[in-house]
Order: sequence, then structure tokens, then C-alpha cells
Amino acid sequence: MNLIVPHLPVLQVAIPLIAAPICVLFTFGGHRKLAWLFTLSISWICLLIAGALLSRVVLETDISYAIGSWPPPFGIEYRVDPINAFVLLIISGVSAIALPFARLSVEKEIESDRHVLFYTCYLLCLTGLLGVTITGDAFNIFVFLEISSLSTYVLIATGVRQDRRALTAAYNYLILGTIGATFFVIGIGLLYMVTGTLNIADLAERLKPLSDNRVVHAGFAFIIIGTCLKLALFPMHAWLPNAYTYAPSLVTVFLAATSTKVSVYVLLRFLFTVFGPTYDFVNLTFEFVLLPLAIVAMFAGSVTAIFQTNVKRLFAYSSVAQLGYMMLGVSLCNIPGLMATILHIFNHALMKGALFMALGCVVYRLGAISLGSMKGLGRRMPWTMGALTLAGLSLIGVPGTVGFISKWHLILGTLESGYWPIAILIVGSSLLAVIYIWNIVEVAYLEKETSREQTLKEVPMTMLAPLWVLVILNFYFGIDTDLTTRVARNVAATFLGGG
Amino acid sequence: MIAIAEFLLPLNPGLWLIIGAFVAILLPQSLSRWFAIIFPILLIPFLLSLNFGNHGTVSFLNYQLETFRLDALSRIFGLIFLIASALGNLYAVGDVVDKLQRCAALTYAGGALAAVFAGDMITLFIFFEIAAVASVFLIWARRTQKAFSAGMRYLIVQIGAGVILLTGLLVHFSATGSIDFNKIGLHAPGGILIILAFGIKAAFPLFHNWLQDAYPEATISGTVILSGFTTKLAIYALARSYPGTDLLIWIGAIMTAFPIFYAVIENDLRRVLAYSLNNQLGFMVVGIGIGTEMALNGTISHAFCHILYKALLFMSMGAVLLRTGTCNGSDLGGLFKTMPWSTSFCIIGAASISGFPLFSGFISKSMILTAVSAEGYWGVWLVLLFASAGVFHHSGIKIPYFAFFAHDSGLRPKEAPWTMLLAMFIAAVLCVGIGVYPAPLYAMLPYVVEYQPYTAYHVINQLQLLMFSALAFTVLMLTKIYPPELHSTNLDTDWFYRRGIKSLIVWGAQNTIAFNKFCYGIASKSVSELIDNVKQLSAEPGILSRTPALGSSVAWISALLLIILLLILY
Repeated sequence: MNLIVPHLPVLQVAIPLIAAPICVLFTFGGHRKLAWLFTLSISWICLLIAGALLSRVVLETDISYAIGSWPPPFGIEYRVDPINAFVLLIISGVSAIALPFARLSVEKEIESDRHVLFYTCYLLCLTGLLGVTITGDAFNIFVFLEISSLSTYVLIATGVRQDRRALTAAYNYLILGTIGATFFVIGIGLLYMVTGTLNIADLAERLKPLSDNRVVHAGFAFIIIGTCLKLALFPMHAWLPNAYTYAPSLVTVFLAATSTKVSVYVLLRFLFTVFGPTYDFVNLTFEFVLLPLAIVAMFAGSVTAIFQTNVKRLFAYSSVAQLGYMMLGVSLCNIPGLMATILHIFNHALMKGALFMALGCVVYRLGAISLGSMKGLGRRMPWTMGALTLAGLSLIGVPGTVGFISKWHLILGTLESGYWPIAILIVGSSLLAVIYIWNIVEVAYLEKETSREQTLKEVPMTMLAPLWVLVILNFYFGIDTDLTTRVARNVAATFLGGG
Repeated sequence: MIAIAEFLLPLNPGLWLIIGAFVAILLPQSLSRWFAIIFPILLIPFLLSLNFGNHGTVSFLNYQLETFRLDALSRIFGLIFLIASALGNLYAVGDVVDKLQRCAALTYAGGALAAVFAGDMITLFIFFEIAAVASVFLIWARRTQKAFSAGMRYLIVQIGAGVILLTGLLVHFSATGSIDFNKIGLHAPGGILIILAFGIKAAFPLFHNWLQDAYPEATISGTVILSGFTTKLAIYALARSYPGTDLLIWIGAIMTAFPIFYAVIENDLRRVLAYSLNNQLGFMVVGIGIGTEMALNGTISHAFCHILYKALLFMSMGAVLLRTGTCNGSDLGGLFKTMPWSTSFCIIGAASISGFPLFSGFISKSMILTAVSAEGYWGVWLVLLFASAGVFHHSGIKIPYFAFFAHDSGLRPKEAPWTMLLAMFIAAVLCVGIGVYPAPLYAMLPYVVEYQPYTAYHVINQLQLLMFSALAFTVLMLTKIYPPELHSTNLDTDWFYRRGIKSLIVWGAQNTIAFNKFCYGIASKSVSELIDNVKQLSAEPGILSRTPALGSSVAWISALLLIILLLILY
């Protein structure tokens, strides 16, 4: 055991990375069906490692792991502290819950000869996201970001069997994602130019005397824009709705629950660990760029969601709004605000994971996902629609669900900064969420089913079980908030104190 | 056994009711019907056996929630809520209800009950909202389009009030660091928001329309159950958090007076009762505003009596509606011949609400009036006196008169089912019992009662008032000025005089209604224009939901980069 434990940080990334090419081998010898099982077991191993890492950093201290035993500022360092251990747990946890659901869903939505490659890309995407989170090296972040992005483009494009628009969606995301990554790497390059280091902790130290340096300012601007593009901050969200809508269900679940959250984490890392709110230009950006954009995102996303007829697209726009909440928490720059963001990274993964998974169940039976085709579905697929409704309540922020916990802290954050009109706006935009959830509930429960829906049956247990696990987690963490708030408070205090 | 008892004891009786609601769904129809009646009754001795203090603590969001605070104030409200729940469910047996409605009724009562026992504002808010959401199903259960839209409007108002309450408590919490639910007062941070939320739920003037809008649209038993909880819960919350707030005296005084005019011209008798509900709440609000020990005692005992007699009146009107299919005063009349029991129960309810000596309204309302005069608010006292006369006029006389007597409508419906009669009988017995022997009720009030209702002064004063009001009604009826009976007009010398007053009344009423419609029209027009514009912007071909060309996205990206660079560099 002692042989493995010190190497857990690198194993977290290395295992899925090595697993990806091995997965391709299943193409040969008629073992195609094993690809799913293999991916599933890798995911569970990743979850175990992430759990071990989190418990270690919460109970003991941060872990620093030098790749190839090159000491930190020179070699690549993997650094695990509570925040990224928490994000690692979210990524691998969502993956571990989503994969049992995936088998039937993928069989239905993707041609069978592509399954092996699909799972390979999925493993690569998982590797990339885990790598971005765990690494303590700025350039390494870019590398893993590219690994995850490139595999994501492919994953989205596999939705082509359901709808050919998946191809343009993937293409658009490719262009915009590449621009974002390029901006990010330009920013890193500029910082490297003046500091001569890529290690994040080292970078933070060396930037301290350089707060008036124009190159640093420009680097900061490029990094912020690059990550904001990756996390789909309004109005740079154009890639997101189509990508979520036309991707296969598993990919939508996984991306919606993890990918934007990882970008939020990267942004937090740069804003608070590398730069920190003590710099004037960081505060200026908070106040004049991120805060207004976050508020606009909250409303633009929700209002657009209300008028959508494609339900997947509806929730994609709702994600734009939810990212607005997260950015609002960041830009408040106080403890409850940051706590709200960190909690919402977790909570939003739970609710959107559940919502998109429920939609995946609907697609499995119905093939289509427009509001009009869901008439009376509440009676035909009671468990699926029940889960959708409950997760919808969580999205609204009903007390007893995780959504309430995030909004509670977010409102406390705005009040602490004295922005009480924004607190009212948050409440107002939650009411918009009531409207679009109600649209679905009304169609599913109150309208008469047509003959087409009458033949439908509930989806199999293997799809329902993961869905309900997520729904129950939505309520569990809405009531027992001890773990999540403790991590969030701890992290928020470190970010603001150590900044 | 002891371990189980220790686990169950902290469970708030409201939660028990909510659990009971789910049990009621699982049980077969015949059992669940009786379960819904017996279960609240079983909780009464449980509640009375507990000592005062805080019985339940739950930690949530790093706060200690007090889920079960038992003191004199919460106990008396809890007791009456349990009684009202049992009576309402007994009554509902006669009005054949499905399980969903029964579950909603129990959840609603449970939510209200749990909110009463909440020792902190988060618990209060959560159960307030559970009650609000559950209650709307009592309206929707009527399954008409009208009921559906009325329910929707009701829900929007209730949730809106809940959101205001939440905002208020967040403001309060972030300024004071305390979530305890005790006296708040207007000047505390967030105090105005919180009183606004309670005010909407208590149907303050201008916020009252949801009540008259929604209650008469509910099912027959639904209206009976609805009349008991939401507004009284708000009264409880106000009594807990805003005693002695001067503003409430004036709001309450207006509240007692203005519904009278509407009640007089209204034809739907259940809606008349909804207006008089509003007027009765006014008395309680005045009592809270005065805030002396006697005034609070009066308010609480009035709430207690009010729930009983108002339920009784709604029950009797519900029986009429069940048997005749209408509740319009102009279509009814002469029902006493075939519904003698309902008639007598209705008269007992009417006597109680009017405050006849020996009926429950008398021993509580007069306490509020005495407290008002003791503090020297003579103007308010006169308004309340006028309102008392008005109550007698429209609830005490109009309701039984038009439904059961008046001109014979020729309807010969059957008597109400025995379960409904039993529910009315129990409510009537309680009304008379409390009126004759108020000591047990007085003993449960939070403050020591030194008030004697049966003094010659009180009795004579009240009887005078009632007699003159009855006289006024008689004169109006005989001279046929009374609005709903406009079939014939005698052209006589007093024509100008009567015409003048009548048209003044009608003109006043019409203008008020027209003004309301006008304001509502402007509001709804601008809202619908706004929605149209937003829809154009964001529905399918609109700019927000179009997938922009890559170029424009890139333009946005560069623009934002430029903005940040300019911001930082200059």
C-alpha cells in the first residue's frame, strides 16, 4: 500500500491516460462490448483515488508531487489542495455515476462500430479534465485543456447519428475553443516572459513586485478572456447551447456537469492564487467586467430558456444563467460569495447531471426532445419525469435542495458587499427558473397524451438507478451541508486570506 | 422504547401531520378518510402533554434550527390548527374528495402547524412555503378552468410573499447574525420586508385580493380548510414579531371597514364570507398593533374563535352549494324548510361572528375593543364599532337570510350529509361552549386574563349595536334599497332621496371597481408588452437564441479583451 499512496496524484491522471490507448485495443477480437465495462472500471478507480486525495488534504495537509522527481519550480508539480481535490471528486464522481447510465444510451445513440473510439475519447476527455485540475503548472494546464477540448469536439460530433447539426456544433466549438485556448496560452506566455517560471506557486511569488508591469496586465487580460470563453460567460457562450443540444446524452451529462466547472476552477486559481484580490487591476475587472456580465448572464440565459422548445437547449441556456451565478459569486470577492461559487460548482454538477440524465432517458424512449413531444409523459414515464421535476426544483433553489444552499450563500455574499439590489435580482432570476421548469411540468403532467406517447414505457432500471442517485444527492447535500460548506469555507478563506 | 420516544419527541406535530399525509395516500380510500380525521385529534393530547421549551434542534447550513418551540402562543395556535384540521377533514367526508386533495389538506395543515412551532426564521419560511404550495391543490382540485387560473394567481402571490420573506430574513440575518424568530419590529434590518410578506399573507388592504379571488373557487371542503390556516398563520407571525407596531393599528382599522362595502354588494355568499374574513382579520391586526397584554390576548382568542365560526359559516354555505349547486344570494332562499339543521348551525355561526353575548365572538372581540379604548384610540374604536355593526349586517344577517329565508326560491334540496352536519355540530358546540364558558380558553392565553366579558356594560353595549344594525337591515330590506334585491323600485316621494343614496353607493362601488380595473389594465398591458418584446428577443428566431455567426462571437471576445485591457492599462 505504501508503494501506491504517495503516487496517488500522478495515478489520478496517468491511469485514464494510459487506459485510453488500451481501450482502442478492444476493437480487435470481438471484445467491443468490453470497452464500456473497461471505461466504467477506470472511472471508478479514478473516483476512489479522488476520494482518497480529498480525505488526505482535508484531514492532513496539501500534497505536492514532483513529476519524475524534478523539484517544483523546475519540474512539473502536481499540487493537491482542498479546492482541486474537491473538483477532482466532482469530475470522477459524475463520470462514475454517469457511465452505468451510458451503456444503453450510447448503444441507442451512436453507431456500434464507433463505440470503442467513443469510449477512448471519453477517457481522454476525463484525463484532460482531471489533469487541468490537479496540475500545479500553468503550461501543463494548457496541455490538459487541449487534451480535454480536442476529445470533447470529437465526442460532440458523435451526436451526428441523432442530428446532423452536431457537426456544425462541434466545428463552432472547435473554433471558439481554440481561440480561448490560444488566448490562455498567450497569457501564460506573457507571464513567463516577465517571471521566467510556469509553476503556479512560484508565479504567484514572483508576480508580487510586478503589479505595475504592463506585460503582466496584458497577460492577465488574455488569461481571463480565454478561461471565460471556455466557461461560456455571456456573451461568449455562443458555442454552448448547440454543443449541449446536439451531443449524445452521455456527453451532455458529462460536459454540463464537469467541463465548465473545471474552467471556473482554472479561473479561480488564476484570480486568487496567482494574482489575488490585492491587485488593483483584479478588483477593477471584478467590478466593471465580471459583475455586470454575470448579472446579464443570469437574466439573458434564463429568459432565453423560457422560450425554448427543445428541452435540451432549454437547459443549456439555463446553464448559461447558472454560470452567471458562479461568476457573480467570484466577482463579489468575499467569503460567502466565493463559498457560493465553490458550492455551486458542486451543486450545479448534481442538478444539471440529473436533469440531462433524465433527458437522456426521454431521448432513449422518445428519440426527440421537444416540449411538444413530451405531452403527458408524466404518466407514461413517472420515474423519469419525477426525477426531472425534483432536479428542476433544485435548479430553482427550493429549500431542502442543493440549489437553495448555493443561492443562500450567494445572497449573503451580495448583502455583505452591500449590493442589495443584486440580491433582489438573484431572487428575480430564480423566479424565471420557476417559469421554464413549469413549462415542462405543465406539458408532462397536465396535457393530454397523444396516441404516440401512450405506447411508451419507463426506461430500464440501469438508467433509472444512476438518475435517482443524482436526484437523491441533490436532496442529501441540500440538507446535510456539513461536508460541502466546510470545504467551501476552508477554500474561500484560503483564497481571500492567502491571495 | 425510551430511545424511540426520545427520537420521536422532538418531531414537530406539523411534521407528524405531513407524514400522516403520505400515510393517507397509501391507505385504502375508506381507511384514509377516517385516518385523516382521527390523526390530528390524536396529536392534541400529545401536544398538551409536552412542557414548554424547545424540543427539537437540527443543524442546517451551520445554524441551529429550532424546529419545535413550544410556548403559550404557539401552543394555542397549534391546538386550534389541529382542531380545524380534524373538523375540515370530517366535513370533507361528505364532499367526496380524492386522495390527492386529502393529502394536500393534511400537508397544508401540517405546514401551517410546523410553521407555528418554528423557533427560527428559516424553519418558518420553509414550512410557510410548504403550506402555500400544498394549499393550492385544494383550489385546483375543483378541476375547472376558472379554479385553475385562480389557483395560479393565488400561488404566484403566495410564492411572491415567500420570496419577500426570504429576502427579508436574509437582510435581517446578514445585519444581525441572528435567525431567531422573536420580536422584530419595523426598525430592525429587513423588518419592512418581513412585515410586507406577513402582510400579504394576512391579506392587508390592497394585498387582499388573492383571498376573495381564490377561496370561493376552491372545492367545497377546500374553502373550509383554506379559511383556517394561511391568514391565521400570518396573524400568529405578526403577533410574534410585530406586537405594538403603531402602523398595524391603522392598517387593521382600514381592514375592518373597507370589506364591508364589498360584502354588501357581493352576491356570491362564499365571497361575502371571504370579505368578512378580511374584516375579522382587521380586528386581530388592530389588536397586535395595540400590543398590550390585553390586546394580544384578545387577538389570540379572537383568532381561536374566528377559525371555528368562520369554518362553521363556510361549512354551511358549502352544504348549500353541495345541495343546490349555487351560492348566489339572488338564486337562493327558503332553504330552511328542507335544511333545518344547516340553517340552525349557520345561525349559530352568524351569531358568533356578530359577537352576540353567549357566543364565541363576543368574548374575544370585546376584549380587543376594550383594549383599544383603554389605550385611548377613540377614532379607531369608532371604526371598529362601525365594522362590528357591518359584520353583523352582512355575515350575521345577510348570509343566513338570503340563503335560508328571504323570498322562497322554490328549491327543496336534501339536508346535508350526516358527516357534514356532525362537523358543523361540533364547531357550533365549540362556538357556544366558548361563548358561555370562556375560562378554559382564557387560561391558555399567554398573559393572565383580568377581563370580564359578561358585565352589564359590555352586554348592553353590544346588544345595542346589534339591534341597531338589525334595524338598519330591516329598514333597508323593507324599503328595498338593499342592493342585491333590485327587482322592483317603487316610485314614491322618497325616490330622489333613495335614488341619491343608492346611486351614490352604486357609483362609489362601480368607480372603485373601475379604478381597480383601470390600474390592473395598465399593469397587465405593460406587462404583456414587455413579455412580447422579450419573446421577440429570445424565442426561436430572436437574437438571444440564434446561434450567432462565429465572426460575431469573435468580435465579442475581442471587444471584451479590449475593454479589460483599457480598464487595466488606463
